[in-house]
Amino acid sequence: MIEKKSLICVTCPMGCRLDVSLDGGSVVAVEGEGCKRGLAYAQDEIKDPRRVLTTTVTIFDGIHPLLPVHTTAAVPMARIPELVAALRKVSVTAPVRVGDVVAADVLDSGIDVLASRDIQRR
Amino acid sequence: MNIPYDVIVIGGGVVGCLTARALSRYQLRVLLLERGADVCSGTSKANTAIIHAGYDAKPGSLKARLNVAGNRMYAQLCEELGVLSERHGTYVVAMADEELRTLEELRERGKQNGVPGLSIISGSRMLQAEPLLNPQARAALYAETGGIVDPFMMTIAAAENAVTNGVTVMLETEVTDLERQDGRISGVRTDSGVFSSRFVVNACGVYADTIMAQAGLTGFRIKPRKGEYYVFDREKSRVRQVLFPCPTPVSKGIVVTPTSHGNTLIGPNAEDTESRDDIVVTKQGLDEVFSGAQRLVPSLDKRDVIAVFAGLRAAGSSGDFWIDAPAEAPGLVNVAGIESPGFTAAPAIAEYVVDLLRECGLPLVPNRAFNPERKPAPHFSELSHTQQQELIAKDPRYGRIVCRCEMVTEGEIVAAIHAPVPALTYDALKRRTRLGAGRCQGGFDTPRVINILARELQVAATAVTKRGFGSELVRRKTKDIGTGGMGE
Amino acid sequence: MAVIGGGPGGLAAAVAARERGAERVLVIERAEELGGILQQCIHNGFGLEALGRDLPGPAYAQHFVNRAHETGVQTLLDTMVLEITPQRRIYATNSRQGVIELCAGAVVFGMGCRERTRGALAIPGTRPAGVFTAGTAQRLVNIEGYMPGRRFVILGSGDIGMIMARRLTLEGARVERVLEIMPYLSGLKRNWVQCLQDFHIPLQLSRTVLEIRGTQRVEAVVSVAVDDRMLPIAGTEETIPCDTLLLSVGLIPENELSRRVGIALDPLTAGPIVDEGMGTSVPGFYAAGNVVHVYDLVDWVTLAGEVAGRSAADYIAGRVRPAVHRLRTCAGENVRYVVPQWLDPESLALGAQQLQLRVRRPVEEKVKVVVTADGVEIAHKTERYVRPGEMVTVKLAPELCESLRSAQELQVSVLKP
Repeated sequence: MIEKKSLICVTCPMGCRLDVSLDGGSVVAVEGEGCKRGLAYAQDEIKDPRRVLTTTVTIFDGIHPLLPVHTTAAVPMARIPELVAALRKVSVTAPVRVGDVVAADVLDSGIDVLASRDIQRR
Repeated sequence: MNIPYDVIVIGGGVVGCLTARALSRYQLRVLLLERGADVCSGTSKANTAIIHAGYDAKPGSLKARLNVAGNRMYAQLCEELGVLSERHGTYVVAMADEELRTLEELRERGKQNGVPGLSIISGSRMLQAEPLLNPQARAALYAETGGIVDPFMMTIAAAENAVTNGVTVMLETEVTDLERQDGRISGVRTDSGVFSSRFVVNACGVYADTIMAQAGLTGFRIKPRKGEYYVFDREKSRVRQVLFPCPTPVSKGIVVTPTSHGNTLIGPNAEDTESRDDIVVTKQGLDEVFSGAQRLVPSLDKRDVIAVFAGLRAAGSSGDFWIDAPAEAPGLVNVAGIESPGFTAAPAIAEYVVDLLRECGLPLVPNRAFNPERKPAPHFSELSHTQQQELIAKDPRYGRIVCRCEMVTEGEIVAAIHAPVPALTYDALKRRTRLGAGRCQGGFDTPRVINILARELQVAATAVTKRGFGSELVRRKTKDIGTGGMGE
Repeated sequence: MAVIGGGPGGLAAAVAARERGAERVLVIERAEELGGILQQCIHNGFGLEALGRDLPGPAYAQHFVNRAHETGVQTLLDTMVLEITPQRRIYATNSRQGVIELCAGAVVFGMGCRERTRGALAIPGTRPAGVFTAGTAQRLVNIEGYMPGRRFVILGSGDIGMIMARRLTLEGARVERVLEIMPYLSGLKRNWVQCLQDFHIPLQLSRTVLEIRGTQRVEAVVSVAVDDRMLPIAGTEETIPCDTLLLSVGLIPENELSRRVGIALDPLTAGPIVDEGMGTSVPGFYAAGNVVHVYDLVDWVTLAGEVAGRSAADYIAGRVRPAVHRLRTCAGENVRYVVPQWLDPESLALGAQQLQLRVRRPVEEKVKVVVTADGVEIAHKTERYVRPGEMVTVKLAPELCESLRSAQELQVSVLKP
């Protein structure tokens, strides 16, 4: 029995509408993707939805009190609250350069959390 | 309770502040109490800001007399206090032939009230004076003594000048009852303690009858009447003249006027309300204001609106100002029912109150040190580049613009926070410096101003308010989450 | 060359001008650092078009800040421009130097845009603390480090509003609703998915705020459904307890300086009327980015800024020939506006040109974007759907140069097949 599902691809701002055909919970066909990333997105979204997390961490002695950070890859959506809570306890000290690792191998996923910008000392 | 005051003025509106200032000409201990976080936080902050010529009020009324007298005092007062005002006259516009008679009646009434400089001009001359006016205008009553004033600065400057001359101002202090001794009103009870005095002046605006009731006086009631307004972007929909429609029995009608800062202001409608703090803007009220204003200026465009607000007129049951020193409550002077033309009349009301106090036995010994002049704080945007440069050389904070639309500098903000009547809130700064009063309505400056207020007042940013306790602007630090995770 | 504003548009213009040979390029920025609004847009999704990478806003900004430094762009930070004359004399102020007077060979406007406010919408009710534009809240949360409230209602489904819904939720606040007066989303579809659906935040279309309640601080907002003329439907009111109302109800190009220079503005975009080189109606003045019209993606802002920067550099070097003949572009069926408003057909001889447009209404099926010159179709493309929140671009090929020399007007329409 083929089940149809409609998704919006969030990989890029295009927001392609994906028409996904599922058989027993597995993706058998995808239509409407603007590029090949759409296919991978649809498969992940059905089985194991993932998102890139962007948030901030405390920074001491910087020109701002917060440092924006992001994950190097999409992390399992269900574990985002856990990751946010962990990052709330993380703090760094200025100066920081864009791309500096703020937290390594978070959630034992092999994914790092990186600084999204330089922050100079105050 | 320590040494009693000579006079306690309750209410930091324009009447209370000008009364306190008038009293500071004499060797008196004067205390001004205001329940808000700033002076000018009731009726005085939300009105049409027009200096009325005085042709409206019924001849022989206190309103008529004090309006004309107050009007005459304005030029000198604005000069002394450094307050923006413009005296280019005001116009009552007749849009139909049947309204021409009204213009005649108003001119006649004005003559009886002693208003100088009234003339009726043709529709075409009126259109020359105000090109945006509806071309169907038939004629207009021109009142050359009319004008506009910055109502915030008039009130604040009066309070500041009073403080400079020895008056004590207490903000966020609410009177809860009157004190009595030997059959006299002997002071006030407040949420910050009891203060005794020989006289108490009740200048409480829409709450004037509450104080009167505390004194056992029941012959007068405040019947608040709400008015709603639109403010327009200064660069757009800009009128040059103060335009009134022909009045109706209840109201002067929807006015279209420039403010002293060049924004067009339209309003107010007139709606009786039961509540003393009903400053709720309604869709219905706004629609009434807009369509009323469009009869005078059809080109007004809602896309140019930057703010809407409502104010309460402290209208009284007698229909006239109610200023008395009642025999039933010796020691008390009531200044009640101060609706339009109250702002214009205020300087004359203050003198009237001083006279009443003298008649009641308050000795008035001139205060030789009295300085009538208040040097206004510099407004960066109004200065020439050379003057701006000099100011920045003295204090670099005048070089940093915090509010981009109104070009308000950090120097002006800091000066207002430490002024004789300190600006302790965002709205208090807005009234003094115009920050946040422009087209972005604080979008740009709010985060910056929160930080400046916190720094200068030495409080946490979470304690910075819009207009006093309970109106905090931010709740907590982003990372200071209590227990629990997402979804507070 | 002077660039007013160090956001993505201004930075791109400055770098492009340096690369085109302009010797002294100065960016005047009112904030204490470069990058503009991107510094508070900490979410990702930037750079796929311009850099081929998916970056968070600050990282995208960092790339261009670094480029500016590498290419020798000069900067004047924490400095506000007070006035510019049509002769390109600039007065600016900061706390270090006081009032500065500069003279520029060309000026590029990069002032960006501002948010529509509660006042502009004339939302009825009281005027308590706790009403913020989404961008102001974004700055407070992401840069200053303060949460403006605990329980939020967001009016408007613009991207910043939806992104803030997610951001606030991640930082421990509750977002009760996102209300949208139109029957469709105003921001990007993907933000509806990843900012609202992921966090179970309800989006209610065809609803707006009828009233704000609360004396000192917001205590509740009353929402109401609207009919197809956007008028409230009685009986559909809902009181939603909250302490903050965020507004994400549109952006307006910031053109107070341009207006005072006397530059012609387009009432449809609220930005300067520009030609294909982003030149305005006053010679020597160019415009880059959201100051022209509100773009959907920062990548397009960067590309437009580069065009403006190159044109300005050419102007300084005397390489700009005034157009002999220009076509006016205009909006046809289901098109709100078209940028640029002027097109020199000779520019096509140097390469393809692009028209950018926004539609009035969404169409969730295949549509044809048609360009006509004086009524004759000269170009078309097919889009799988069009949405008001997403820009549409259509290319004009170099071959059209010849045929457009005698044309007067280009019209763009979006038609159902």
